[in-house]
Amino acid sequence: MNSLKVRVWRGGAVGAFQGFEVPRHASQTVLDVVTHIQRALDPTLAYRFACRVGMCGSCAMTVNGVARWTCRTHIDKAVKNENQIEITPLRNLPVIRDLVTDMREFFDKWARAKGQFRGARSRNDDFPALKPDTPARIQIDAGIECIGCAVCYSACDVVSWNPDYLGPAALNRAWTLVKDERDSKKLERLRAIAGDAGCHSCHTHMSCTERCPKQISPTAGIAGLKRAVAKAALEGVL
Amino acid sequence: MSVRGETALWIAQRASAAVLALCVTVHLATMIYAIRGGLGAAEILSRTRGNIGWFAFYTVFVLAVTVHAPIGLRSVLLEWLGWRGAARDIVLLGLAMVLAGLGMRAVFGVFL
Repeated sequence: MNSLKVRVWRGGAVGAFQGFEVPRHASQTVLDVVTHIQRALDPTLAYRFACRVGMCGSCAMTVNGVARWTCRTHIDKAVKNENQIEITPLRNLPVIRDLVTDMREFFDKWARAKGQFRGARSRNDDFPALKPDTPARIQIDAGIECIGCAVCYSACDVVSWNPDYLGPAALNRAWTLVKDERDSKKLERLRAIAGDAGCHSCHTHMSCTERCPKQISPTAGIAGLKRAVAKAALEGVL
Repeated sequence: MSVRGETALWIAQRASAAVLALCVTVHLATMIYAIRGGLGAAEILSRTRGNIGWFAFYTVFVLAVTVHAPIGLRSVLLEWLGWRGAARDIVLLGLAMVLAGLGMRAVFGVFL
């Protein structure tokens, strides 16, 4: 049987690679490989996963230098060299142990970007009628399927240069709310996402857009936020 | 700096970039056109001395550089050196004044 040579990061911020040899199977995913190591070779390996079908966003890791959702990444796609693969934790996040990162800062930035929906209606009001084909709704639909996997955040160079930068996922979330006609705290949100830690730091490298497993373009959303903030500033309401 | 201030800087940098795109194009095209017969100081001065059009063009060019360069450098200093705060902005304001001073000195140098 073919086997796969796997180098896995062990430890925290300081650590070392450990080598494993894993049997190769057809349609094998990176998560399958990590699971095999933990179940059959070394039960002390720490990693995180839940749904295994690309919905929960918990299994993202760096595979051969590229941030990926491991449950939906086939070994065939990730392996460049003959039967060798290197698996490390996501970049730009503190490592707790082995392949597990601390996601708190990532999600705290969603809150800092005012990622919470705040409607103006009460339970006594009727449901708002939303047409699915308005330009704003189409833009929201393009960004709404984020699963919070932090692949974009890990791929973003600006996050690594400027740790305060809110990052592509939080800004994408803010963008979908800025375009939501039911939301009632748009200006507050624009103030939260403008400036050096927000949308104006984006260099449009588009690494987030290239890596997003859900084919979302946070870059497009961030560009939209820049336009919205500039409009508010020129109108004198920012 | 306030969010409003940082947004104003971003708008100023975008607007100055648009001006620079035009200025650089005109500047390069003029240079390529003008040096076909060789380049000499006398030839340049004969074109620029007392010419209000070129004076206005290069004044706009210098002012756009004065606005654009320090704002861009502000991000570079934050991202590469982690330098932020009022001291950085004061140094960059100084740089803007140096750019404006040297630039306008050159513009007046070929106009007067």
